Amino acid sequence: MKLLLKIWRQQNASSKGKFVDYPISGIEGDMSFLEMLDVLNQQLIDKGEEPVVFDHDCREGICGTCSLQINGEPHGPDRLITTCQLHMRMFKDGDTIVIEPFRAKAFPVIKDLMVDRSAFDRIQQAGGYISVNTSGNTVDANTIPIEKTKADDAFNAAACIGCGACVAACKNASAMLFTSAKVSQFALLPQGRVEATQRVLSMVRQMDLEGFGNCTNTGACEVECPKGISLENIARMNREYLMASVKG
Amino acid sequence: MGILDSKVPSGPLADKWTKHKNEINLVNPANKRNIDIIVVGTGLAGGAAAATLAELGYNVKTFCYQDSPRRAHSIAAQGGINAAKNYQGDGDSPYRLFYDTVKGGDYRSREANVYRLAEESVNIIDQCVAQGVPFAREYGGMLDNRSFGGVLVSRTFYAKGQTGQQLLLGAYSAMNRQINRGKIQAFNRHEMLDIVLVDGKARGIIARDMVTGEIERHGAHAVVLATGGYGNVFYLSTNAMGSNVTAAWRAHRRGAFFANPCFTQIHPTCIPVSGDHQSKLTLMSESLRNDGRIWVPRRLEDAKAIREGKLKPTQLKEEDRDYYLERRYPAFGNLVPRDVASRAAKERCDAGFGVNKTGEAVYLDFSAAIQRYGKEKALTSGLKDPDGETITRLGEEVVEAKYGNLFQMYEKIVDENPYKTPMMIYPAVHYTMGGLWVDYNLQTTIPGCYCAGEANFSDHGANRLGASALMQGLADGYFVLPYTIGDYLSKDIRTGKIATDTEAFDKAEADVRGRLQQLLNARGDKSVDYFHKKLGKIMWDKCGMSRNAEGLKEAIEEIAALRKEFYANVRIPGGMDEMNTELEKAFRVADFLELGELFAKDGLHRKESCGGHFREEYQTEDGEALRDDKNFKYVASWEYKGEPKDAVLHKEDLVFENIELKTRSYK
Amino acid sequence: MSGFAKSSIARKVVMALSGLFLVIFLALHVTINFTSVLSPDTFNAWSHFMGYNLLVQYLMQPILVAGVVVHFVMGIALEIQNRQARSIRYARYNGGANAPWVSRNMIITGLVVLAFLGLHMYDFWAHEMVYKYLEANPEDPTRYYGETVEKFHPIWRTGLYVVAFVLLALHLWHGFASSFQTMGINNKYSAAIRSFTRLYAIVVPLLFIIVALYHHFNPITH
Repeated sequence: MKLLLKIWRQQNASSKGKFVDYPISGIEGDMSFLEMLDVLNQQLIDKGEEPVVFDHDCREGICGTCSLQINGEPHGPDRLITTCQLHMRMFKDGDTIVIEPFRAKAFPVIKDLMVDRSAFDRIQQAGGYISVNTSGNTVDANTIPIEKTKADDAFNAAACIGCGACVAACKNASAMLFTSAKVSQFALLPQGRVEATQRVLSMVRQMDLEGFGNCTNTGACEVECPKGISLENIARMNREYLMASVKG
Repeated sequence: MGILDSKVPSGPLADKWTKHKNEINLVNPANKRNIDIIVVGTGLAGGAAAATLAELGYNVKTFCYQDSPRRAHSIAAQGGINAAKNYQGDGDSPYRLFYDTVKGGDYRSREANVYRLAEESVNIIDQCVAQGVPFAREYGGMLDNRSFGGVLVSRTFYAKGQTGQQLLLGAYSAMNRQINRGKIQAFNRHEMLDIVLVDGKARGIIARDMVTGEIERHGAHAVVLATGGYGNVFYLSTNAMGSNVTAAWRAHRRGAFFANPCFTQIHPTCIPVSGDHQSKLTLMSESLRNDGRIWVPRRLEDAKAIREGKLKPTQLKEEDRDYYLERRYPAFGNLVPRDVASRAAKERCDAGFGVNKTGEAVYLDFSAAIQRYGKEKALTSGLKDPDGETITRLGEEVVEAKYGNLFQMYEKIVDENPYKTPMMIYPAVHYTMGGLWVDYNLQTTIPGCYCAGEANFSDHGANRLGASALMQGLADGYFVLPYTIGDYLSKDIRTGKIATDTEAFDKAEADVRGRLQQLLNARGDKSVDYFHKKLGKIMWDKCGMSRNAEGLKEAIEEIAALRKEFYANVRIPGGMDEMNTELEKAFRVADFLELGELFAKDGLHRKESCGGHFREEYQTEDGEALRDDKNFKYVASWEYKGEPKDAVLHKEDLVFENIELKTRSYK
Repeated sequence: MSGFAKSSIARKVVMALSGLFLVIFLALHVTINFTSVLSPDTFNAWSHFMGYNLLVQYLMQPILVAGVVVHFVMGIALEIQNRQARSIRYARYNGGANAPWVSRNMIITGLVVLAFLGLHMYDFWAHEMVYKYLEANPEDPTRYYGETVEKFHPIWRTGLYVVAFVLLALHLWHGFASSFQTMGINNKYSAAIRSFTRLYAIVVPLLFIIVALYHHFNPITH
């Protein structure tokens, strides 16, 4: 396969970036998208140029490190996968591929395609936990039975990998899907109910402070989410927030 | 031998840990506020330790190379976590978990550590449920279990195929709580490049801010290394791209002994290599072996026809298939431990029965499970005389509910539907049992330097059982290290803040700068990956699933030569005072190039086969591992002396008072 | 509650509630309008009631105006905030791949409807103000039908009304169901809400269009 890559290059956070064209050939369908970028980087290094910087780590779709806006979609055209699981067989010989960093004011570019997603960490730190000591002196795990459907819903919300595709896909760069997934996980479990009121208020406050946009229910986040996190979580968070505001 | 005091408490096995906890010194809460601890690595062990230490009142600084603690590679663990809860009432107990783990590790682990691990395993599940970890449940609301290899009970707790993720997010949330309280300062996108010793004690680290390139000094009263395993020395492994040995290796160079480096786990069920472009390998959870049957064609000509694409696996009749694990190990069948399953796959493929283009793959087949589940489901749904199609559909639904995400992952990578045609799998490097030597308190041979999780050597002997890595990481982090480190720190309450403007820090920083500069100065014409791939090939060919003296000797020489070439000829674009991903990689590969040599040296010296270490010279007539308890019932712990080949061996004799040493048999 | 008022979710709820209020108002409006097609007398009676009932004039009308103002002021404010949340735009943004056009362009459909509202106010409300207060004409319960039909005489106005109602349909298509999601309702009834939204978004604007076209093609012959 021969391709033309249009890649965003930016030296550091303060410099101005631009698109650079890279023609590339010899790409096979069995390669992952990141392996294709590895090939490009190897060529750049061989020419003595700086390789394209992009975030990646586990390369099996679970760590949430990889990002990239590929032809206008986070994690590219395939569904329910991350960029590292995107395979080149999704593209055709002769295609032009535009590769940009995830764009959001709350996700400033660090270098090239790498962005700073620490805003997500701060949202979690604001209340994305259950305040239980880790000393091990808790009750037996089976003391509180949990309805299977609720446990499954909590798991499905907890499957979020914090990659930021929801923000990248949203026309408003809203972080509602991310925040609501964590709020939902705990709201659904009896252990998490105890602090539910304060948790949702704190996490939403932090989310707003970070400069994400507002949710306008377009549903783009749900479609692009590599883990299929449902919009129901956003509704749940809205509900939790309204109830919490009335109470607290 | 004097140096290697394991500090295992005396007394009966079951009482050792309780007794030890009662007897060690504690630090009072007011004093904890004056003590700083550095935790490097934020996976299950590091994250859990950081959270608990901060909760106890210590000031904690965490370091991780990822952009967030939540991304540590513990997150990729799929199948589950063991705990001797005996919720299934199938006769499980801490003793049985202890026994299975020691036996699974081929009697090369320390009894007291493993028993403590089994004891604490029950607390982990309680703890995690309290933290909101959404484990799988049954309809009655109770926790569900599944089985893993090498055991006869069902004790594995799980959260679909994402158990590691859920446990790590639990530890991360506990960390977040402490970050919010100001008790943890998290340094993300920071890499530890050296440990600093003051008067022989670990007193801080030198770290590099990976965004700005700045070299930073951090002082503390103790340093905890929880930096994971070194599987990436093989280049291709199931580890994350960034997983590395640097922190452990830097500590080794400063005096921490490195134990059993050759004990590496090759996981039997990974997606086979597809070509030269391959950057990493993907694991298919061991839990798949609950339902999948492993086979190759019985006849060589069928295998050949399949490789050439002239025959499809589904066309092969039952009697033409060789379910070699069921044949060789009737008692455990497809659920034999990982080392056994991996070697058996290699044996079949080496004999010419491999089923993909490269001849390095075997089948993992779910058709029997689909039929079995389909019939069961049809019965419970009240369907009388269902047709074959209905049974298949129902069966596929059940299999999807259990393993859906793994099947999807497989299909995305291989572009074949595993519900319709058997999966192709092959062993790949997955976990390293070896690591920094630690005593019962998890302290390395450097006072004040502790090591937890995969980075230490302690609990899994020569082979780790499935779903035990998560258990060890969390037990070390939540329940062991926070206690034992207090004993050491109780002597440090009057020390005061550790200053970083001292000679020791000056020197350590200068060393780091020198090393970075040396790498940049090479200005050669080969990329870092070029060397890493070459190292990986040597390791896989000569220190892989089976080893022999000749190959290991060659490996030692080839790695030393490669290291020399690396320093002369590596090319790293960009500079030091900026983000430089190639420089980061080069620093890591430089350490792998030293570790690899020690790995081979350790493998060469261990003239026996045990667990993941299979020496071709030492096997039984039917190809099983031949252990030598008379001469090798010890931990091989290596002291750094300049070059890896000069490392000095220290032995920790393993004492088995509670388990009789037997030939491991799964037949 | 001070944090609440500033929060993104609260602002969205204000959009949802004011939007739902306007949805209900539209139902009332279209019902009265449609009587003009069926019976000029009924239309006159209703119009006169709405124009001179004190409760309608001094309580409901201000609430309606407030609802409209809140809805568009907040809508524009949120849009500005949303644009700021992505200061550097994508060079390539394939929004169509993951979200329908209507949901992504509420600001466009909304602004067109708002502009139309200007014309609509000029046509009817301003006219009423002049008639009732400036010129201080006496009450005439029979004038409404004739005046309405007269308005739809010029083809340009009828055309503008039709276009505006199509845009209103698009706005409702997303907005109606979306307001339930914002208020936290996403459950087994959501599919029904979705279907009702679609029905509503088609029927109500269509009735408005029918009224406009009917009067355009059926002028009163003097």
